[in-house]
Amino acid sequence: MTTKAQAVLDWVDERFPLTSSIKGHLTEYYAPKNFNFWYFFGSLALLVLVIQIVTGIFLVMHYKPDASLNASGVPVAFASVEYIMRDVPGGWIIRYMHSTGASAFFVVVYLHMFRGLLYGSYRKPRELIWIFGTLIFLALMAEAFMGYLLPWGQMSFWGAQVIVNLFSAIPVIGPDLSVVIRGDFVVSDATLNRFFSFHVIAVPLILIGLVVAHIVALHEVGSNNPDGVEIKKKKGADGHPLDGIPFHPYYTVKDIVGVVGFLIVFSFIVFFAPEGGGYFLEFNNFVPADPLKTPPHIAPVWYFTPFYSLLRAMVWPLLGIDAKFWGVVAMGGGVVIIAFLPWLDRSPVKSIRYRGPIYKSMLTAFVIAFFILGFLGTQPPSYAFFGVIPGAPVAQLLSLFYFLFFLTMPWWSKIDKCKPEPDRVTG
Amino acid sequence: MKKFLTALLFAPLLAVASGAEVHLDKAPVSTDPAALQNGAKLFVNYCLNCHGASYMRYNRLEQIGLSEQMIRDNLMFTADKIGEPMRIAMQRDEAKQWFGAAPPDLTVIARSRASEVGSGADWLYTYLRGFYRDDTRPTGWNNVIFENVGMPHVLYELQGEQRGKVVEHEDSHGNKTKTIQVEPGKPGKMSAEEYDKATADLVSYLVWMGEPMAGARKTIGTFVIAFLGLLFVLSYLLKKNYWRDIH
Repeated sequence: MTTKAQAVLDWVDERFPLTSSIKGHLTEYYAPKNFNFWYFFGSLALLVLVIQIVTGIFLVMHYKPDASLNASGVPVAFASVEYIMRDVPGGWIIRYMHSTGASAFFVVVYLHMFRGLLYGSYRKPRELIWIFGTLIFLALMAEAFMGYLLPWGQMSFWGAQVIVNLFSAIPVIGPDLSVVIRGDFVVSDATLNRFFSFHVIAVPLILIGLVVAHIVALHEVGSNNPDGVEIKKKKGADGHPLDGIPFHPYYTVKDIVGVVGFLIVFSFIVFFAPEGGGYFLEFNNFVPADPLKTPPHIAPVWYFTPFYSLLRAMVWPLLGIDAKFWGVVAMGGGVVIIAFLPWLDRSPVKSIRYRGPIYKSMLTAFVIAFFILGFLGTQPPSYAFFGVIPGAPVAQLLSLFYFLFFLTMPWWSKIDKCKPEPDRVTG
Repeated sequence: MKKFLTALLFAPLLAVASGAEVHLDKAPVSTDPAALQNGAKLFVNYCLNCHGASYMRYNRLEQIGLSEQMIRDNLMFTADKIGEPMRIAMQRDEAKQWFGAAPPDLTVIARSRASEVGSGADWLYTYLRGFYRDDTRPTGWNNVIFENVGMPHVLYELQGEQRGKVVEHEDSHGNKTKTIQVEPGKPGKMSAEEYDKATADLVSYLVWMGEPMAGARKTIGTFVIAFLGLLFVLSYLLKKNYWRDIH
């Protein structure tokens, strides 16, 4: 570096921790050298967040949150989305990136969370990282839910109607609460505008704050790895972990490979299957919202369906409170319970590599249950597998298993026959 | 074991595929400019009186090989300007009184009619060929896949009249279902083959109008993915080079 540039840098460093931040978070942040495929999804989640924010900024320039009808009898909001798709130069690509990005966000976040389950990334001392992560997941759900109302199609409208109505099931405050959320007695222009405000300002701010907290907490304690052993325990003469390598350049160049690989899949969807077979853009959402016409089947977008299944599984009124309320409790509980994993898992080891058969079978069963719950959530409650096995009781059983997986974990994770952990990472 | 688990994961999807549903005819969708132009002609003549296409500007038809003058001369019958969208004069509230429901805007109809049973094009193709005489309906028409539809058969002078016949089915559980089968009645200006071709062109046009940039999307996409493929190889080599001393 020239002396002049060094002088400028020194000037900045005396006033702002620039060099030390770069060192602490990149060039001298020591990450385990044995990260595998599953470790791409954290950086990819960050990438998708950036994609969503940048495309979102451009969408807001042309989108109009207005539920009133234009001269042709189409809601202005719906028409403005088609305006973006047709008349804004490059608008279609921005919009498809944003709509595909929403699904991509959940894909990478689900895989990122699954990585945590595989290698026990939530275990001590990373409990706070995990809690921040669960909060990110919650914020992401809120963000996606409110964003989905904005195109003002039939599914936007009726999906919001169904979900906001759920809040009315909460005893005493419920009915008023749902009016406060909607800003009206039905989903209307008021709802559209407040959801727009939340979607583009409030929730993204929370999301970014939580992501920063997530990363700061991670860099404080250091990353876990596929062996689940702490690399900080074995340090070399230079004070750096023996199994650690600087994040930059090693993981920056590695993550570029992951980013490009992800972009190939992402571009494939954006350019060749933007509707994702009706899972990313629901067909019915190409029909403008009509408050007088309820669609025969209201399905949430795929990323909500496992939790939607938990909601629908509760059909019994308990303690004199409507079944709907218990459905809400189940759905909310299904997300919140994830945050408790650090204390539910009592295994002596972290990584699945050294866990016993019980954890492996339970995790496999959990993933299968999650998939089937997700699938059933896209179907009407009357759905039957092969036309004979009714879906509703299957969903109820699997919902029960979903919670039992977490609630009985302290017991089975303790008695599982684990293998001894190695001292160092195994590569 | 792994195979079994994979099979289990995908079992629900197979279960869907096996479900019995409404049958749709496969639409022979074309991107050939001649077919799209013929579809545009039919659309403007037969649909664009009750249905608008309010996100579709007339001059976008240049994309299917028409000049501005050709559009003005052949496809614009009203005082609209060439840069304006395809709007209609019919009032929505009046349309609702006349037909029971205001006719929907058709710009993205081909996208909205897709379902797990078939593409939106398949639905439209089946629908436009599925009208039959029904004297119990106010318009005198009914439709095979859209029961008690408010829309009369606007293409009847081309297709002629079809008669509907109720067919009862009984499945292995003894559940009875009724479906309507159509059979030819009074012939129209076109033969059955000609009418199929005309509706296929119309449906192709509706598909094109639903997403006029679909062609460009795929072309650009091919280049993007080719570029990313190259970048992937380079980034992998870069990574390998940086990592060569990490064991």
